[in-house]
Amino acid sequence: MELSLLMYLIPSLVMFGCGVYGFITRKNMIAILISLELMLNSVDINFAVFNSYLFPGQMEGMFFSLFAIAIAAAETALALAIVINVYRKVKNVDIKEITKMKF
Amino acid sequence: MDYSQFLMMPQELGLLLVFLLVFLFDTFLPKKAQSSLSIFTCVVFALFTIANVFMAGNGTSFSGMYEQTSATYAMKLILNAGMLIVLIQATKWANSEFVAVRRGEFYELLLATLLGMYIMISARHFLLFVIGLETASLPLAALVAFDKKHYESHEAAAKYMFTAVFSSAIFMLGLSFVYALAGSLYFNDIAVNIMGGQSALLIVALVFVISGVGFKLSLVPFHLWTADVYQGAPTAVTSYLSVISKGAAAFAFLVILAQVFGSAYSAAWEWMLYAVIVLTITVGNLFAIRQRDLKRFLAFSSISQAGYIMLGVIAGSEVGLASLMFYVLVYVFSNLAAFGVIAAIENKTGKVNMDDYNGLFKTNPWLAFSMMLAMFSLAGIPPFAGFFSKFFIFVGACHTGSVAIYVLVLIALINTIISLYYYLLVVKAMFIKQDECVIPTFKVACSEKVALIITTLGIILIGLASCIYTYLAEAASNSSAMFMFIH
Repeated sequence: MELSLLMYLIPSLVMFGCGVYGFITRKNMIAILISLELMLNSVDINFAVFNSYLFPGQMEGMFFSLFAIAIAAAETALALAIVINVYRKVKNVDIKEITKMKF
Repeated sequence: MDYSQFLMMPQELGLLLVFLLVFLFDTFLPKKAQSSLSIFTCVVFALFTIANVFMAGNGTSFSGMYEQTSATYAMKLILNAGMLIVLIQATKWANSEFVAVRRGEFYELLLATLLGMYIMISARHFLLFVIGLETASLPLAALVAFDKKHYESHEAAAKYMFTAVFSSAIFMLGLSFVYALAGSLYFNDIAVNIMGGQSALLIVALVFVISGVGFKLSLVPFHLWTADVYQGAPTAVTSYLSVISKGAAAFAFLVILAQVFGSAYSAAWEWMLYAVIVLTITVGNLFAIRQRDLKRFLAFSSISQAGYIMLGVIAGSEVGLASLMFYVLVYVFSNLAAFGVIAAIENKTGKVNMDDYNGLFKTNPWLAFSMMLAMFSLAGIPPFAGFFSKFFIFVGACHTGSVAIYVLVLIALINTIISLYYYLLVVKAMFIKQDECVIPTFKVACSEKVALIITTLGIILIGLASCIYTYLAEAASNSSAMFMFIH
């Protein structure tokens, strides 16, 4: 059975939506990081799917996915380091603990 | 592969060389010599900046992924000038007790972000652009967290990091839709492929792309991280963040909107940008009024300044490009003068509150004088450079000739008057409340003095030396191909 473009696109966009929802509602910084990872990965799926369905003759989208994965890894590593720093300072990874500066 | 293509990017190679020299100095020289690292970096970077003035040569390399025009040369030169001032200003802080151990890392990270901004400015392919954007913003997050002893620095870094990743995810989702529409990621190919068809998907993609870059530029409604990050980060990093990274992002934003989405100018992004500009200028101004912490105050002022810079983008013409570059240049000098004074006082006394500046003129007249010039220039009072940059950017926007843009310029003008109120609050505190001096008289460090003299001279002279604007206008007029699809 041949799957259509939408069959890939819907899950990836749902994934992106879940990421945005998680980013806004989660209170734990690690959970926020996971949500961000969901968003970044749904972009990779988008690129790969658009490439193989709409423009099968070229590889540009695939290359973008590859680079985006590497960039996402770098971002996660740095964000984790910052979360660890915050943990050392306040002994917690709850986002409500870091609301000293406001407005 | 043809390696001579790398010769097309002399500025990037030069910056890489500076980076390597600083890295080797930091790694291999004995402990005793380490204390001169700051001076070494400043001197090497100054030489590099001077060498930059003589670099020229237009063209593309890597099959069109990378482009050098006279406008990108000029923009990189402006960034270099700002970077040099930041480096000189940061010397005192970098040699302070708690930072000195990690001095090398500070300079290496700063140079790495600048390299990312160079790539961002010259990229003509979205993959290269995203790499440049991330190279510019990831080391900045590490720099924001640099002040390990202070809790605020960590909070600011967490906020910066999460919003930066969030915005780049949104930006890349927009790019995936652009790719689906155009089948290419080259700026020129996309522009040709999306011409004519105004599909809904294009507008969705544009919204995502504009909001993604809007985060980096801290345009309202994507500005909420700005004030917290500016307050929490070390002052040297804040000054870098507020001028260099904003200037580079503004230029790249103009390139993307004009060169890639130029055909959708009047149909889509002119109106999106219109709303964003009105919101940015107004909200930035209104929130700045209620700030007492000077770094937060300058954060909101920089938000409203970003709105003014966007007037050069909405103009969508060579005149707009020239006035945008001129505005960024003037903004670099005015804002760095303000941050230079703040850093000097913070390094000495640890005070950053506006009430602490009462009677500063009595105790430290020269600092108060530089601060006053900076505030006048940011507000746009005539003899100083800020007036000319505002004038040119309004003229550039009016060049489009549409009535709506005239209304926009009028709103911006009214906001200039509002901004005058809060800029003068600082001047009032320094000059009029003479009887309650908080900060004692102190001697400003040599490096800070040099940086303040450079910025103050810049504020006075840039507006009057008409050759600078002529040079930028000439550079902009050479890249008219960028605006081919607008109108």
